[in-house]
Amino acid sequence: MSLTLTAMSNSAVTRGQQQRSGSGQMPQPSQGPYISVITNRTTNLAIRGAMLFSVGVFLALVLNLLQVQRNVTLFPPDVISSIFSSAWWVPPCCGTASAMIGLLYPRIDSCLGEPHKFKREWSSVMRCVAVFVGINHASAKVDFANNVQLSLTLAALSVGLWWTFDRSRSGFGLGVSIALLATLATQLLVYNGVFQYTSPDFLYIRSWLPCIFFAGVITMGNIGRQLALYEYKFVQEKTHQD
Amino acid sequence: MTLRERLREKISAAFYRHGLLCASYPVPIILFTSASILTCCYPLLRLPLPGTGPVEFTTGVRDYSVPSHEPQGDLGERPDWYRGPPVAYIQQVLVKASVSPWDSSLVPVDVFRSPLGRAFSLLEEIRNHVHSDGSGVRSLETLCLQVTDLFPGLRRMQSVLPEHGCLLVSPGNYWQNQRELFDLDPDLLKTIQKHEPKGLHTSATLRDLLFGVPGKYTGVSHYNRKRVVTYTITVVLSSYDARFLGSLRGRLKQLHPSANCSLRDDHMVHVHFKEEIGIAELIPLVTTYIILFAYIYFSTRKIDMVKSKWGLALAAVVTVLSSLLMSVGLCTLFGLTPTLNGGEIFPYLVVVIGLENVLVLTKSVVSTPVDLEVKLRIAQGLSNESWSIMKNMATELCIILIGYFTLVPAIQEFCLFAVVGLVSDFFLQMFFFTTVLSIDIRRMELADLNRRLPAEAGLPPPKPGPLRIREVPPPPRPSPHTITLQTPAFRNLRLPKRLRVVYFLARTRLAQRIIMVGTVIWIGILVYTDPAGIRTYLAAQVSEQSPLGDPGGGGLAPHLGVAPVFRGGDPTSALSIHPPPDPTPVPENQSQGHHGAAQAGPLPQASPPAVPQITWGAEDEEGWRRLSFRHWPSLFSYYNITLAKRYISILPVIPVTVHLSPQEAIETRHPQDTRHPPPSIPKVSADLQTDLTLYKVAALGLAAGVLLVLLLFCLYRVLCPRNYGQNGVAHGRRRRGDLPCDDYGYSPPVSEISPLLLRGHSMDIECLASDGMLLASCCLAGQIRVWDTQTGDCLTVIPNEGPMCGWDGGYGAAESGLLGPETLGPACEEEGGGGYPLRRRTAPTWPTLFNDQPDLTPLIDTNFASQPPSHLCTPPRHGFDFGGLVERAYMEHEAPSPSAYPSPSSASSSPASAAGTQAAADGESSVWALELRGNLIAAGRSSGKLELWDAVEGSLRCVNEDGGSGITALAFLNNRIVAARLNGSLDFFTVEINKPLGLLQYRGAPGRGSVPPSPCYSSEDVISCQLTRSVQCAHQKPITVLRAAAGRVVTGSQDHTVRVYRLEDSCCLFTLQGHSGGITAIYIDQTMVLASGGQDGAICLWDVLTGSRVSHVYGHRGDVTSLVCTISCVISSGLDDLICIWDRSTGIKLYSIQQEVGCGASLGVISESLLVTGGQGCVSFWDLNFGDLLQTVYLGQSSDGQGVRQLLVLDNAAIICDFGSELSLVYVPSVLEKLD
Repeated sequence: MSLTLTAMSNSAVTRGQQQRSGSGQMPQPSQGPYISVITNRTTNLAIRGAMLFSVGVFLALVLNLLQVQRNVTLFPPDVISSIFSSAWWVPPCCGTASAMIGLLYPRIDSCLGEPHKFKREWSSVMRCVAVFVGINHASAKVDFANNVQLSLTLAALSVGLWWTFDRSRSGFGLGVSIALLATLATQLLVYNGVFQYTSPDFLYIRSWLPCIFFAGVITMGNIGRQLALYEYKFVQEKTHQD
Repeated sequence: MTLRERLREKISAAFYRHGLLCASYPVPIILFTSASILTCCYPLLRLPLPGTGPVEFTTGVRDYSVPSHEPQGDLGERPDWYRGPPVAYIQQVLVKASVSPWDSSLVPVDVFRSPLGRAFSLLEEIRNHVHSDGSGVRSLETLCLQVTDLFPGLRRMQSVLPEHGCLLVSPGNYWQNQRELFDLDPDLLKTIQKHEPKGLHTSATLRDLLFGVPGKYTGVSHYNRKRVVTYTITVVLSSYDARFLGSLRGRLKQLHPSANCSLRDDHMVHVHFKEEIGIAELIPLVTTYIILFAYIYFSTRKIDMVKSKWGLALAAVVTVLSSLLMSVGLCTLFGLTPTLNGGEIFPYLVVVIGLENVLVLTKSVVSTPVDLEVKLRIAQGLSNESWSIMKNMATELCIILIGYFTLVPAIQEFCLFAVVGLVSDFFLQMFFFTTVLSIDIRRMELADLNRRLPAEAGLPPPKPGPLRIREVPPPPRPSPHTITLQTPAFRNLRLPKRLRVVYFLARTRLAQRIIMVGTVIWIGILVYTDPAGIRTYLAAQVSEQSPLGDPGGGGLAPHLGVAPVFRGGDPTSALSIHPPPDPTPVPENQSQGHHGAAQAGPLPQASPPAVPQITWGAEDEEGWRRLSFRHWPSLFSYYNITLAKRYISILPVIPVTVHLSPQEAIETRHPQDTRHPPPSIPKVSADLQTDLTLYKVAALGLAAGVLLVLLLFCLYRVLCPRNYGQNGVAHGRRRRGDLPCDDYGYSPPVSEISPLLLRGHSMDIECLASDGMLLASCCLAGQIRVWDTQTGDCLTVIPNEGPMCGWDGGYGAAESGLLGPETLGPACEEEGGGGYPLRRRTAPTWPTLFNDQPDLTPLIDTNFASQPPSHLCTPPRHGFDFGGLVERAYMEHEAPSPSAYPSPSSASSSPASAAGTQAAADGESSVWALELRGNLIAAGRSSGKLELWDAVEGSLRCVNEDGGSGITALAFLNNRIVAARLNGSLDFFTVEINKPLGLLQYRGAPGRGSVPPSPCYSSEDVISCQLTRSVQCAHQKPITVLRAAAGRVVTGSQDHTVRVYRLEDSCCLFTLQGHSGGITAIYIDQTMVLASGGQDGAICLWDVLTGSRVSHVYGHRGDVTSLVCTISCVISSGLDDLICIWDRSTGIKLYSIQQEVGCGASLGVISESLLVTGGQGCVSFWDLNFGDLLQTVYLGQSSDGQGVRQLLVLDNAAIICDFGSELSLVYVPSVLEKLD
């Protein structure tokens, strides 16, 4: 990582020199301003964070809609209001959390020194997101006999999601811990009466919540890793070119 | 062999055979597959089409009874939704009213004012209708659907729609069902229009709801030519009472008989509505579909290196989709009717089934060797991936099976679909996709063949040789993994993505098309919503323009003033005085309310053409069909009643015909109606007026058209600059900047630069030497190989103990010399281990030399004997500029440096002979320096021996053992050899050739250069090598660099100095001091420009004639590892992986290029503007003028860890670089013309 850093700073210097020396000639083919923005570490981090945030907000809105949908009549009074039917702070919270998770995953990977190699492709990430939405869909739409069944099914699905798309121990651990933390936070919120569920089944909360959280953490981690991989790949490619 | 392996083998074999089959008979297999797809999809025909359109079912009125909830067995074609009572019964009273006869004194408003006014009396009649018989008295109040409250959020409808009580809808609702309000309303049309939504609307409008017929059929407008007003009074009943309805029907018919009405009234239609998808449900659905498409996009994007990427992507998608269809079809066939919402689970099914296998198959097939037959490639690719495919499929089946045991019905059903889908997908992959792939590959090969033929013609004819592996340009290399990563070199040349987008836009003229489509849609919306009433205006104008076009008489708008012309023949006036038919006797006690008896009656006689004729046709029978299918759902939704998955029953309409007399129409007039007769056109100039209007309209249209064209043109100019990147000045310049490879006269096509691997050495290559035609290389094992640089063939192999193996016994003397074991070498090695490493690369490699001797048996190549000995002398030579050769050969030829020399002074005087005699019979000395001139190889060994070998025959020609210290660097110029030794001494040798014929042959064009060309040594010559002069203590420390050019020999040493000697008399001309570190790189060329770089990172430019320092710059942190000069600039590379380009005259750094960490320090200049550098497993080409990376050529697959350490640029624009134990010959063919 430090090597990459030095390489990047060096190349930044070099680029400046080259452009000066080019004296009005065409700029470097692959090192336009756009690229330099991408390469800049903090900017890259910010971009990644923003992307993850927007993805999180979007997913939160859509999934909330899925959950709300059962009670929606044929002609909703106002679609917009049903989209934003949850409290205003929920989507930003989800977005922030997803941004943090998405940035945390590649960082932990690099800290542990075991880069995630398993299925690093956008198609796989898309598949993961689709499965995540599907899990939400199932939890919202499918009628289960009882809550235990629902929770068990969702847990199996979540673990299956992890097995299919992640398979890293760090990912599992992080997912479980974040899911537990999030459930705890939700629990606290419910206890304090900020909001409550229509039909709590286990200690005032829904028992499938940790599973959903876990699947969400895995999904966001996947996206974050893929985004980080892009940066990593880009830096590699650039050094290759130089 | 375990069971697993056996299974694996069997699967692999089966797939192989299957691949052969598929590739052999593509067409029959595709036909078969299509047939099976169609067969499996056939049951789908029986499924109802997806959609939200309502379904109808017609029953008779007479024997109607409310269907029971329980399904009563099989009741014919009765649909399964026809159970239980409907939500409501709809009884429509269809009113057609007209003022007749039409009077010229009437204004257009009269067409609809009084007919609409009649609705109130009809309403009254319907509301107050009671039917009493034995079972009691029933009125509408008891039967109708009582609504309680409007849906919240429909406040604007509140004043119009009934809020409580009976749901009875009629145009009277506009005026709250109060006649007084209606009479007081000055502008009826405005009132009606007030409630219309603006903009585009597809669902039912309020006007449709209230009138009960589509807006254009109502006839409520100023331009109603038929003068018949149609509307309905819609009664919504909650329960069905045949007798009440019958009496109502009879009553209304009695009051307003419809003479020529033959509507059937014996059928009632039940309409079943599907569930509608609201936007709230749509958003998640759309999201899943977006994710699905992203998934498909990202998946198919990876398909690469096929003929038609899109075709294959389409095939992949078709495979998945048809497998899904097949699964649904099969499930339906076996009686499993899908209950899940297909649209919802479809994306998940696709994601579960996935496109992965298809991609894996493509990759695998594409990465098979291209020179195989297509059949074999397919088979091989299939069998390569068979195991993973089977494993994946088994895993997925297992997961789905687990899902099946969740015992949740929905999930079970999903799993069932997924299983069948997976299996059918596998089937389709194996048969359909594989076959399509084989066809595609075949096409690609054909196209490839056509494209590559001319390119191949330019290359020298390939010679089949066991040692030569030519890397075929189209990248399929035999590595089974990741085709995406295999060709990064080619990816580098691809256009930037944004440029591709721009090109795509430009190519397809997308912008213009989008603009045009947008404009058309915009115009369409304009026309459709008709904000300014243009349509009606135009229609009116047109109708006025063609009075003769319509013989019906309705076209004669009386206010136009043309009417009087026809009035004479118009019988209306005559008929208007006809008395209404005898008033209908009011039935007794059937109507409680008072209502005006029909004052206007129908005209039973033959209606004159000018009389508005009321006709009843079949289309009136079910007039509600012309309404939007969302008519009823929206009506009910206003009261928060959903019709989804329920049905309503529509009763036969009750026709009511109302004729009003002109007097009545005039009576009901509002005072304002006459005040402004709508089209206030002066009658006198009617014709002129209409003409003018037409002209105006035409002119307006023309102007609008011109404006539109101008606007489009402007947009086009703004969005799509005219020159699509061709020879534009500023624009083209910028674009060329983005596209470096197209710029500098040469655009190295992807396929042309292909490394030619020269394999044969068993260990890392230590020395390289070339004279343009031949290439000599020496590896750590001591084996010297000679290659042909044109073809890459290995010509000669000189094993390390070559003479000992003895293929030619005639060199006895040489043998003894060669066998002289070296004592100094090992000593040096040991010292080297302790000393500090001068070069990174040498330190680790040396110990292996002696610790583990390689197996030398493969090095003994007996094949050279078959090579014709005269082969090398015969090739035509075109006058090599040897000075240039030397500089090129030298500039990258890094002399294998000694690791350290602890006591140079003491060792400098060690007698060479002593070393030779002390030699034991074991061990050998390694080659530290190698030079090649003509066909003589000069090899300097670590023992201090200088050997001259015949490059063609591989025979030892001469040995000189005068020096005792290892030769670290050699220079071979003309007939002189300069050897730099480890102890700092410099030996000058002269090669003398004693030709038996007494002739000295010269090769090459004599007038070419200032340097005499190198003689050609033939095998008959007796070559001797004499030590002419030995400069002891040339340097205080080991000599690290030795360069010779232009009659000068330049040495650089660890002792911070550079010395310049004259070649002829070995006289030291200058000692150049200026570096503060050991000299690591020296460059000298014909123009006497001398550059040196040292360990201090400094680069000095010297004037060789005067010995003065021209410039002195610090460029690197760490050693300068390599130096090259061109006419205008100096290029240096350092240990800090930086390549700096300096202006040669001013010494100003132009720019620098950061390389990869650990990159080779090798540099080479091919032409004035083309720089080549070695990297980790690749060589990169740079444009020197701008510092642009032109291309990176990867030398092999296993590129990691092996850097290019040495790089030689040959005259024919080829680059030789060492690459581990291999040599790589890279042709840069497109640069050939740049060289003169």
